[in-house]
Amino acid sequence: MRSAIPRTGAWCAGLALAATVAVPVAAQDVQARAWAASCAACHGTDGRSTGAVPPLAGRPKADLLRAMQDFKSGKRSATIMHQHAKGYTDAELERIADYFSKVSR
Amino acid sequence: MSSLNRREFMKRLAAAGAAVGASSLYGCAAPGAGAGARVVVIGGGWGGCTAGKYIRKWAPEIEVTVVERNPTFISCPISNWVIGGIKTMGDVTFSYDNLMKRWGVKMVRDDVTAVDPGKRQVRLASGGTLGYDRLIVSPGIDFMYEGIPGLKNPAAQERVPHAWKAGPQTAALRRQLEAMRNGGVYAIWIPVAPYRCPPGPYERASMVAHYFKQAKPRSKILILDANQDIQSKKPLFTKAWNEIYPGMIEYRPNSELVDVDAKSLTVKLLGGDVKADVLNVAPPQKAGEIAHRIGLVNINNRWCGIDWRTMESTVHKNVHVLGDSTFSAPGMPKSGHMANQHGKICADAVIALLTGRPVNEEPIISNTCYSLVSDKEAIHVASVHKYDKAQKTLVPVKGAGGISKERNALEFAYTQAWADNLWADMLG
Repeated sequence: MRSAIPRTGAWCAGLALAATVAVPVAAQDVQARAWAASCAACHGTDGRSTGAVPPLAGRPKADLLRAMQDFKSGKRSATIMHQHAKGYTDAELERIADYFSKVSR
Repeated sequence: MSSLNRREFMKRLAAAGAAVGASSLYGCAAPGAGAGARVVVIGGGWGGCTAGKYIRKWAPEIEVTVVERNPTFISCPISNWVIGGIKTMGDVTFSYDNLMKRWGVKMVRDDVTAVDPGKRQVRLASGGTLGYDRLIVSPGIDFMYEGIPGLKNPAAQERVPHAWKAGPQTAALRRQLEAMRNGGVYAIWIPVAPYRCPPGPYERASMVAHYFKQAKPRSKILILDANQDIQSKKPLFTKAWNEIYPGMIEYRPNSELVDVDAKSLTVKLLGGDVKADVLNVAPPQKAGEIAHRIGLVNINNRWCGIDWRTMESTVHKNVHVLGDSTFSAPGMPKSGHMANQHGKICADAVIALLTGRPVNEEPIISNTCYSLVSDKEAIHVASVHKYDKAQKTLVPVKGAGGISKERNALEFAYTQAWADNLWADMLG
């Protein structure tokens, strides 16, 4: 039997906690947090991915937003992200990008 | 979470609360307002574990207890790989230790016998009770054998496995395939939708074909589908079957089932009998038995109606239902990924309700289901679901979502990462 998720290892708990502490709950955009949690399914909790799916945690907001807008417009090709990006308004994407940019890597 | 870290965490939460006070942008709840609140989760699967972990992650002052009958979590997504011989049961079996140690979720290994929604109390098979402020019910599916008299007894169910809940039946089906002669027939019967994991049957046929191609190349696969057509990723599956396994897989739509003879491994269909060497029948499905016992099932005598903003039951207050047991929103599949997303809507809403902040009136969630078509290539289907105030449900966003352009190795790599990240997201 595998212990849950061997590749993330014990350091993950510390990191996750540090990240949560860094942005006090009351100062967070909790709606964006809830939306961003959806992305965690493929991109890892708080955007800390293991394996082939790119991480989102701590990446500059402008980069994340541009990537999503380019997926949405078709400027940037993808296997799947163009299909997800089209599900969100630009305003929603901006707040989600902002959320991930504030999470420590 | 270590006690030191947790203390520090609580201190900072309190400080943040003092600084922001009641004028927070998103409502008047001070952080920590849920202190002492108790959440009980029935079912440690995709929905239940995700909800439990995320409540603790976002509001560590709330107590979470998960009641689960199994000692470990066995993943249904990726279990078709075990049937295809690409992974072992060990690869899809996980411990609940991290949920307990890292997130402070209490795990109770037990069965729930009853719930008193008035007293907000869960009764356990061992005799104890658990009180709750909010109850989350995430029991997955149970099978409706009543329409298949020949499969009513346990021995018949073992001889004709469903393997539609990952566990002993997954291993049993794999063993049957290994024992089958070269030149034999594997038949799988699929019920009318909705059932758990729409692409599951077709991925399974692909995985069995992958195994047969290497080990038993003269064998055949029969897909006996009660539906009119392939339910998910049709062009991608059929192309893969024609190109990778030519002549091996036969698809028969409208295969209405009358009964099964477990002894002779025969499916009796309206159109005639079909005999197999390995017979795999996924019976029609309904919300997990406990949801029925609690009285949460109010749609078609099968599924639980909920408010999609909170996942709260439309029958009982303070009780939330997640995952496959829900009456699916339009265009929403019953999938592990989807249950993970339900878990997060629920966690956010439960925290809001327990701390007095407004609930998110506009949840947005997504689904991605990857399927293998061989040991090297995969395909996906994706969708985004947004709450619609007029329709009062989650609806697929028009223009978003879709299926793969083609099967390829990159998507195979993404499939692995998707599973690893999802498992970590719910349990790690």
